[in-house]
Amino acid sequence: MSDFPRWKYALVALVLLFGIIYALPNAFPPVPSVQVLATHGAPLDASVKQKVADALTAQKVAYSGLAIEGDHLVADFPNADVQAKAADVVKGALGDNYTVALNLASTVPGWLRAIHASSMPLGLDLQGGVHFLMAVDQNAVVDKQEERYADDIRSLLREKNIRYESVTRNAQRGQGIGVVLRSAADRSAASDAIATEYPDLVVRDGASTGDRFLLTASVKPEKLRELALATIRQNTATLRNRINALGVSEPLIQQQGEDQIVVELAGVQNPAEAKKVIGAIATLEYRAGIGYPGDPRAVEAARTGNVPPDANLYYERGTNRPVLVSKRIIATGDELVDASSGVDQQSGTPKVDVTLSASGAKKMLDFTSANVGKPMAVVYVETVYDTKIVDGKEVQVPHTTQEVISDATIQGVFGKQFQTTGLANPKEASELALLLKGGSLAAPMNIASQSVIGPSMGQDNIQKGLRAVLLGLGLVLLAAAIYYHLFGLVADIALFFNLVILVAVMSMIGVTLTMPGIAGIVLTLGMAIDANVLICERVREELRNGSSPHAAIRAGYDKAWATILDANVTHLIAALALTTMGSGPIKGFGVTLLIGILTSMFTSVTVTHAITALIHGNRKLKTLSV
Amino acid sequence: MEIFNHNSNVPFLHWRKISIVIAILLMIASVGLLLTRGLNYGLDFTGGISVEVKYDHTIDIADVRKALDQAGIENPVVQSLGGSRQVLIRLQPKGDGKAGAAAPGEGASARADKVAASVMAALKKERPDAVENSHSFVSPQVGDELKSDGSIAAIFVIIGIGVYLWIRFERRFAIAALATEVHDVLVTLGVISLVQREFDLTVLASVLAVIGYSINDKVVVFDRIRELFRLSRKAEPEEILNRSINTTLSRTIITSLFTGITMAALYFFGGPQVHGFAITMLIGIVVGTLSSIFVASPILLWLGVSKKDLMPQTKDNPELARRP
Repeated sequence: MSDFPRWKYALVALVLLFGIIYALPNAFPPVPSVQVLATHGAPLDASVKQKVADALTAQKVAYSGLAIEGDHLVADFPNADVQAKAADVVKGALGDNYTVALNLASTVPGWLRAIHASSMPLGLDLQGGVHFLMAVDQNAVVDKQEERYADDIRSLLREKNIRYESVTRNAQRGQGIGVVLRSAADRSAASDAIATEYPDLVVRDGASTGDRFLLTASVKPEKLRELALATIRQNTATLRNRINALGVSEPLIQQQGEDQIVVELAGVQNPAEAKKVIGAIATLEYRAGIGYPGDPRAVEAARTGNVPPDANLYYERGTNRPVLVSKRIIATGDELVDASSGVDQQSGTPKVDVTLSASGAKKMLDFTSANVGKPMAVVYVETVYDTKIVDGKEVQVPHTTQEVISDATIQGVFGKQFQTTGLANPKEASELALLLKGGSLAAPMNIASQSVIGPSMGQDNIQKGLRAVLLGLGLVLLAAAIYYHLFGLVADIALFFNLVILVAVMSMIGVTLTMPGIAGIVLTLGMAIDANVLICERVREELRNGSSPHAAIRAGYDKAWATILDANVTHLIAALALTTMGSGPIKGFGVTLLIGILTSMFTSVTVTHAITALIHGNRKLKTLSV
Repeated sequence: MEIFNHNSNVPFLHWRKISIVIAILLMIASVGLLLTRGLNYGLDFTGGISVEVKYDHTIDIADVRKALDQAGIENPVVQSLGGSRQVLIRLQPKGDGKAGAAAPGEGASARADKVAASVMAALKKERPDAVENSHSFVSPQVGDELKSDGSIAAIFVIIGIGVYLWIRFERRFAIAALATEVHDVLVTLGVISLVQREFDLTVLASVLAVIGYSINDKVVVFDRIRELFRLSRKAEPEEILNRSINTTLSRTIITSLFTGITMAALYFFGGPQVHGFAITMLIGIVVGTLSSIFVASPILLWLGVSKKDLMPQTKDNPELARRP
């Protein structure tokens, strides 16, 4: 006479099994490790492993594991302090051809990893590291655009032989460019010319006094919005490139809102190092090429060190082949307006379209007219400032790296717009476009907030968090069992599974576990029991009103359900609002709460109903233990 | 086991004038506190630099202040963080706001690193067992943004819940719930202001969670009110409301106790990071539970809730009935 359908038992069993399996990886804590990756074509083999082992032994750094996994070498350590010391030792022993990164190596068994079960990533407050919030200066983007358009309008008017008195940016940012002309006829000619040449500008006639005819050209608001979006995307991409060079494993670089970027680097304890890389200044130089990458002359120069006096020897990014580049600079990153990747209509191969500003275009035109068929190289220059103490004073020492990111043959005469074709694949094209734009970092960035969390504090927080969860859970389990007897015990089983399923879902989605997230878990546990309290109180009521035990259970669940649904939906609305609050501690808490409410509705109602039906199902009952 | 007599019939609504007056007084007092004393905003909202320090042995806050004073560090706010071995030191950004506001960014953040280092040097000079746990720097702009985001989130929650209740129940229920909600938030903030507990992001999260928790409580009572109105033949609103509060009383208090237990566990064992969260939640649970019993239903009665508003919509339309 069970009123609980069989398929629901199957569902409950299935979900519980699934919950256990996907929550399981969290029982295997990751170990602090150091990851070594070879760069510049250096080998990574048993000899490197031996070198690392020798260096660690010589410095008396104890390690618990050392192995080559795929393309990198991983060494495990007992705690974060040893890990940090070991990273320094390994860095010193291997030199510049290897990147050494701090990491947390997973100890999850292979069969769990095979079904994509993994543990929750830990937030910075649980594993230590640095957190930056970067604010992108959107004003600078508007400034740059308006300055460029002023420049372009000047050369356009000259080109069209329209006499003008002045072309200047209006005093207020975003108010456009003011053009002063000498006659109404000139003004309409200028207006037409600007409107056809630059569709992104809105041209309006202004007031005219005497022989001053004013024309205002302002950038369309939708274009500005588009620019702002492109800027932050580009800044995020540039940051990602630079941070990858830093060798931090799994950095978090995320756009937040319209003008902020969050950067979280786990394991990094020295913010100065990270800031240096983030604050690097990159630029581009278009230069005349001498030969191509891997040319015999370049190889010879690289081997002997005899570089021709009018040339520089650089290496090509990615392939590391030497290339000779003329010292003569044609155009620089400042003059690059836009670079975007696409597909060449004629050949169907990937390409990158480049737009230069008026001044850059003129120089490019002059150069290409005389050099068709010759190579042209793009050199990427990145400057990082090191702070050094010299004679007790802080001195900023620039440290510059240069590499060739593109080397192509000039196919024809071009100026303002041109394209680079013959790229191997679309990925390469988009990478090149990104690098070109990165060379003219779209907008300056400020560090709006930063925090540095020590590794021992992370350990401490994990322990405290775990203790709070277990104690909170234990106390509620005890209280429920005492107050509601058998029904309380059933609720306890459900509550325990609620924790398991909550952890499983969080692990599957990949929610980063933080301290506020743990607070959310504890709160969820405390509130999940509410549904069971509602059910138990209802069952008691029904019994008091003279219902038979089976009828009391059925009516209790039925009547409580409407209440549980209403209460949880309103609660869900609150949790949803929390998740929209940026990416800080509030969001972590909100996401946990949101998932917790959903899982608790299932465990508190369906799971307890299944167990209750299983216990009381086919027996004749005189009383209920509630 | 039962703590509450299930036949209890406490005349909660009989005391409605007193309870509403108390609620209004509490709200006025809270608003007064918020206006005069304000909230002790944490670094998240004010901007500035904070350094969290852990000692191996017990440390007196006064000693920390003295050590900082001797090193010439101006106006530090020193707080104990759970226990006597951890302290939090907060410094406002220098430059009277002007220089700091105009050009925060890398300069300011590099300065933060230096300030943190000099704080640690000063503390280590007095007590070598001082260890830096963490340090943070927040620019004032970020703080301002957070304040407005927080207010928007709170308003969004309250309106969202109001709309849901309006649809699921009835207009009066939505209004009563929202009024009580505003009361709960204000009084909770008032208590935080009274004890001058630091108001940081996790406390804000907690205040928003209090809204969720306390609405939960109200909905359970409202649900019972709707049910009893529909069931009873002659429904005297005051009696129905009173019966609803009484029948759900056991649940209201047991749930609060259970949630309170977990928050107490969090408070005592979760460490200083979640202290503010747990204590705010505990305050909110007490305020929310009391307002579910004493405030929400009197407002509902006062708004004039009746049986006919809650009957399921029937087909007969008065417009149609009037026609021949």
